[in-house]
Amino acid sequence: MAEYRLTTPLSEEDVRKLKVGDTVFLEGTIFGIRDANLIRMFEHNVPPPVDLTGAACIHTAPNVRKVNGGYEKVCIGTTTSSRMDRFTPGLMGQYGVRAIIGKAGMMEASMEAMKKYGGCYLAIVGGAASWETEKIQAIEGVWWEDLMPEAIWKFRVRDFGPLIVAMDSEGNNMYYQVKARARDRLADIYKRLGI
Amino acid sequence: MTTASVNGELYSIVEDTAKSLYIKALKDLPPDVRRALQKAYETETEDTPRKVLSTMLEAIAISDDKQRLLCQDTGIPLYFVKVGSRLNIDIPRLQEAIIRGTERATVEHPLRSSVCHPIKRTNHQTSTGYRIPLINLDFVKDDDTLEILMVPKGSGSENMSFLKMLIPAEGIRGVKKFIIDSVLEAGANPCPPFVIGVGLGGTADLCVKLAKLAAVTRPLGSRNDDPDIAALEEELLEAVNQLGIGPMGLGGKTTALALNIEYAYTHITQNPVAVNIQCWPARRARAKIDACGRVEFGY
Ligand code: SF4
Repeated sequence: MAEYRLTTPLSEEDVRKLKVGDTVFLEGTIFGIRDANLIRMFEHNVPPPVDLTGAACIHTAPNVRKVNGGYEKVCIGTTTSSRMDRFTPGLMGQYGVRAIIGKAGMMEASMEAMKKYGGCYLAIVGGAASWETEKIQAIEGVWWEDLMPEAIWKFRVRDFGPLIVAMDSEGNNMYYQVKARARDRLADIYKRLGI
Repeated sequence: MTTASVNGELYSIVEDTAKSLYIKALKDLPPDVRRALQKAYETETEDTPRKVLSTMLEAIAISDDKQRLLCQDTGIPLYFVKVGSRLNIDIPRLQEAIIRGTERATVEHPLRSSVCHPIKRTNHQTSTGYRIPLINLDFVKDDDTLEILMVPKGSGSENMSFLKMLIPAEGIRGVKKFIIDSVLEAGANPCPPFVIGVGLGGTADLCVKLAKLAAVTRPLGSRNDDPDIAALEEELLEAVNQLGIGPMGLGGKTTALALNIEYAYTHITQNPVAVNIQCWPARRARAKIDACGRVEFGY
């Protein structure tokens, strides 16, 4: 299992070489996205006001403080990804997003999109907002502030990781693999418990 | 015995304590949880679960260092209150004091309010609303202290809650199967390695409540006083960890840090079982207020 240090924007080549189980550290910027702004993009068909080509997008709605014209981080954590599965094909196909950062994984729609366009899912540790907040250097941009806190955010990051490649561009999904292995072990577990 | 003057101040002490407890719970993970995570880190041999656990330990250290919230989800605030029978307490005033403490923590810190109306989805931005915070009251005989345990319950873990009204013929085997299957279904969602709370018996509502008590109120490493239940806790914890879901659901030896069971007698034709999960930041803060109004904080 390899370890990579990647700088954004990510190229197709950057992403295609990643395999599930690899570790990634990101340098550069990442975009915060979540339900409300994705619904505006794909259900109300409003194109994002910022170029997402090669972007790494994290599932978050940060807790911020307003300071003379800009925003300062307070607490930034990651939310469960699965409910945003349906938006990955659009993000990757229409807008060129290369990586989704989230927790607990995504499903078939995302797996297909990652294969087709060259994308990946990078697992971050959920519940570790204090750590994540530390790794985010600054808030560099915000769009669609009317959706607060579910605006589109641009964060400057340094040494952002370890992130685990949990879904790759070959259609592998670590969460599915782990669950399948657990299901294989069920018979044995039941037997030991006398079930 | 409480004196009148202390009693007059008691409600403002409770209010301040309820506020401090909410903030403390969000920042200062109990020592038993830290130990369990450290032990899990030492137990894991594979690269991925070790990286995940070491990030968790790092997050705890950053929270200590910078006085920052560990997880961004401030949860639904729960208070478990034990009232000594010898205290002369006005219970509605006690409840009001806890609600005010919760509001003040949210507004004054400030904290994200994660509480909203179930249909209108309106949020007062105070972490309170109709029937929230949830205040559980218990009464302790021959005691003159007030104990308040505060637990912020996040949604990722609470969404993975399960209840089944089994029939007696399904016996303990049905119970065991339901627990294992529920944990497998929960998978990565409740931020493993988690604490599994199991409720056995009672009515449907009591069974779910017992599962919640088992998941959030017991220090990790504690065992049920009943030796048969304690043995079942150990057997099931081992079985659950054989699933290999691992930290953040990416595989590994530690799926659960603990599995706790609480039980109650039930109906002769019923066999209820419930599962409630608490995520790895198993947040908990406790305070004891004595008859003179002195407050002692713990976990
Ligand atoms: S499940 Fe728990 S640790 Fe994970 S994000 Fe929710 S509250 Fe935080």
